[in-house]
Amino acid sequence: MSEAREFKYIGQRTIRPDGYDKVTGRANYGADLSLPGMIWGKILRSPYAHARILNIDTSKAEAHPDVMAVATYQDFPHVSSETFQGGEAPTDLLDLAKNILADDKVLYHGHAIAAIAARTESAAEAALSLIKIDYEVLPPVMDVADAMKPESPVLHDDMFTQGLEETPDTPSNIASRMELKKGDIEAGFAQAEVVVERDYYTPTVHQGYIEPHATTVSIDEDGQAMVWCSTQGHFDVRASTAKLLNMELGKIKVVAAEIGGGFGGKTTVYLEPVALILSKKSGRPVKMIMTRDEVFRASGPGSATRSRVKIGAKKDGTITAMQAKLCFEAGGFKGSPMGPGCMTVFTPYDVENMYIEGYDVVVNKPKVAAYRAPGAPQAEFAAEMALNELADKLGIDPIEFRLKNAARKGTQTVYGPKLKAVGLVECLEAAKNSPHYKAALGENQGRGLAAGFWFNIGGQSSVIINMNPDGTGTIIEGSPDIGGSRASMQLMAAETLGIPASNLRPVVADTEHLAYNQTTGGSRTTFATGMAVIEAAQDVVNQLKERAAAVWNVTSEQVEWVDGVAINTAGEEKLTAAEICKGAERTGGQISGTANINARGAGPSFAVHICDVEVDKETGKVDVVRYTAIQDAGKAIHPSYVEGQYQGGASQGIGWALNEEYIYNEDGIMENAGFLDYRIPLASDLPMIDTVIVEVPNPFHPFGVRGVGETGIVPPLAAVATAVSNAIGVRMTDLPCSPPRVLKAIQDAG
Amino acid sequence: MTKTHVTTSINGEPVEFLCEPGDTLLNVLRNELQMTGTKEGCGSGDCGACSVTVDGRLVCSCLVLGVEAQGAEIGTVEGIESKDKLHTIQQKFLEHAALQCGICTPGLIVSTKALLEENPNPTEEEARYYLAGNLCRCTGYDKIIRAVMDSAEVMRGEA
Amino acid sequence: MATVIFSSELQRFTGEEKTSVSSTNYRDLLVELLARYHRLPEDELQKMAVAIDGEIIHDPFLETVKPDSEVHFLFRISGG
Repeated sequence: MSEAREFKYIGQRTIRPDGYDKVTGRANYGADLSLPGMIWGKILRSPYAHARILNIDTSKAEAHPDVMAVATYQDFPHVSSETFQGGEAPTDLLDLAKNILADDKVLYHGHAIAAIAARTESAAEAALSLIKIDYEVLPPVMDVADAMKPESPVLHDDMFTQGLEETPDTPSNIASRMELKKGDIEAGFAQAEVVVERDYYTPTVHQGYIEPHATTVSIDEDGQAMVWCSTQGHFDVRASTAKLLNMELGKIKVVAAEIGGGFGGKTTVYLEPVALILSKKSGRPVKMIMTRDEVFRASGPGSATRSRVKIGAKKDGTITAMQAKLCFEAGGFKGSPMGPGCMTVFTPYDVENMYIEGYDVVVNKPKVAAYRAPGAPQAEFAAEMALNELADKLGIDPIEFRLKNAARKGTQTVYGPKLKAVGLVECLEAAKNSPHYKAALGENQGRGLAAGFWFNIGGQSSVIINMNPDGTGTIIEGSPDIGGSRASMQLMAAETLGIPASNLRPVVADTEHLAYNQTTGGSRTTFATGMAVIEAAQDVVNQLKERAAAVWNVTSEQVEWVDGVAINTAGEEKLTAAEICKGAERTGGQISGTANINARGAGPSFAVHICDVEVDKETGKVDVVRYTAIQDAGKAIHPSYVEGQYQGGASQGIGWALNEEYIYNEDGIMENAGFLDYRIPLASDLPMIDTVIVEVPNPFHPFGVRGVGETGIVPPLAAVATAVSNAIGVRMTDLPCSPPRVLKAIQDAG
Repeated sequence: MTKTHVTTSINGEPVEFLCEPGDTLLNVLRNELQMTGTKEGCGSGDCGACSVTVDGRLVCSCLVLGVEAQGAEIGTVEGIESKDKLHTIQQKFLEHAALQCGICTPGLIVSTKALLEENPNPTEEEARYYLAGNLCRCTGYDKIIRAVMDSAEVMRGEA
Repeated sequence: MATVIFSSELQRFTGEEKTSVSSTNYRDLLVELLARYHRLPEDELQKMAVAIDGEIIHDPFLETVKPDSEVHFLFRISGG
């Protein structure tokens, strides 16, 4: 438990230990492994957004001399509908299998149907056209509002809405409904003197990781498989793949390559099970890489949403009632982040009366996957926009308005528990006092501010620290390093052991070297894997003390550990860690510390962002001219990488607010499946992103750490859209605020 | 199809390879020559992860044919450092934490070197526009630009 | 007696907002609730996280409950 204590290593901006490989091109990512005898796999994808598969004829493909294996849904062993923890969220096994290779229906354009392995990439690609498929084309359903209408075509004949008083007996596209409430919403609105009620829209977006999904697999004569892949969670890849292929966990080794971005999109499997099927059938290692086009069309984007938010307040700024209806698109199979959306939407506010209704709805788009604080950006966008409008109507400054109603320690959340110590107020105060907030605006410029919240999670991590005879050590951990976490592990171990960080080498090990580690996601790595590192380091310290005690013939209680040195309190002797390790052979053998934990007490992270934009009223183009991201990190282990999370989240949120969307034609086919027209922010689009690290320690972590990776994407959507609204004098409600939309808003108003 | 024999120079060393006429330079580097430092992000010239130089000119290697390397001098990320000493640009990227996942980093380092050879004293805006062809999804570019400006300053001092 | 507070989702099965329980650990608490409210879906409950006195616990199997504890059931959160 940390108060404002002095740290020796924590807080230093060290060079990340994996950095040298990364700046020289030596680091090996998902597509970088080739094996002797390797062949290439390619996937045949649906040309229709919605169709029944009447027949699949692979005979011509199988007969072709270049083709070494063909795979379809029939190659999965019997799969039944069961929910298992195979990734970030509970997954329906049957849905997962059908998404990886379609069974009797294709549910989005690009939906995988069959796969071919051949000697070369081009041969595999060419052979795809030898597979003949008969379809019954069906009308596509491309928007949540249409999908929810009773007359809509239905994607799944066996989908009966869960979560209603009575389960309906006709199928629909509404997979489930959820409701959260506290207090009395009607009484709350009765007390309100000013009310804002609006509809909001956010489009389908992609996490936009620069590295496409990629895997190289092999399987031996004994059925022992090796999977090398780009993933946020190799233990969960093992779990999913084992379930899908009916294999024992011990028969699959998964090696996490370095990962070129994930943001939630690489917490499930697409290629790996298919590659294994092809490898088994052909007897050869198989490599599969998604093209960028395939990544957009057939991985897991972020949900589009339609929301209605209604907020009421008294004239003095006290919010009396908050209500939301949040409709989330899940894509072709159920499972949008509607739940977390409902749980986060109003959580930054201490308001007695809340009523939230959420819908998880299927549409003919790729099955969504997690995207950085899943559900929260969409839901909190709507809430923050309504709040800013309400602040305007009340004539109250948006920071003061939020301070007046801010969630703090003891606030009852709508999903049940009261919040522990949190830092929203501190972030709001920091925003209020920031040079940015006090700066004047220029012509055609507007400012927007928004708050954001994400829970963060703990979960299972497994760590081993092995000490070498010279007192250096290896930290063996199992969290793929997305953003510099190895550096933080090094610092936390160093602080606990009291030896220099450079003496400790962090290694991300494969599934055969550690017990289960939960996926890198949910902002859990520095918190939970960090906690395991600290515990394993403490285990090492205890053993080092015992060895020193043995040498001095005292008890370990009589040994103190200070700054990497054992001190005999019953005498005067000292022994350094290196000295004790050198003598380890004589005192009982080598020293290793372990920790297998299920970390709890993850502290939520609140954030407040300020954005200034300038709008060209002739073209509708919006430039972000100034941006400040303020967020509570609890304790920043490596400040540069904490800042990096703030800036990265802001950048993705800015893209979501200004340019990013999936554009579909009337056949349900995505028209902008490339980086040219799915426009993520470029270096020339952004200013420097100022950051403020607020530190309200999380009492449940030894160093006070809160996860920071996700919250940062939540505030920018409303901060940017509010800034645009203020710049043009027209309230934007639909994202993105792209030039055509902004221009139309200006023209419609003028 | 018969493969074409290509003689070229990569990072100052003579190299020969065989490739199909339709193979991209990116493909050749990664699959024929096992030089996996150059990355594929999109295959259509939109992301810059595959940035290399051809006769000193910055290009996307996914838009260059392998056969075009004939007689040319190719520069990849593997040739940026000298022996085992990092180039200033690489050092500054590390110091400024200008990488998170690192997939865009090889392309950015190649592009930054090309930028600073062309313009040793860029303004922040010039640097941002020059590097606009290198997409990064993790960092928001802030620390990258700081690393670039810092590199430029140091390199001007060394010159 | 600890207090279990039901979300509006669970209230559909319990018919009430809260209840007192005598159980001092999670496993007994589950048994007590399932016995009291026959419509509570056991497998759904088992998949949920709990918050005990504000601390969210994803795997509550071994958890103890104090006499003055407040317990909530909530969906397990993952992330991205």
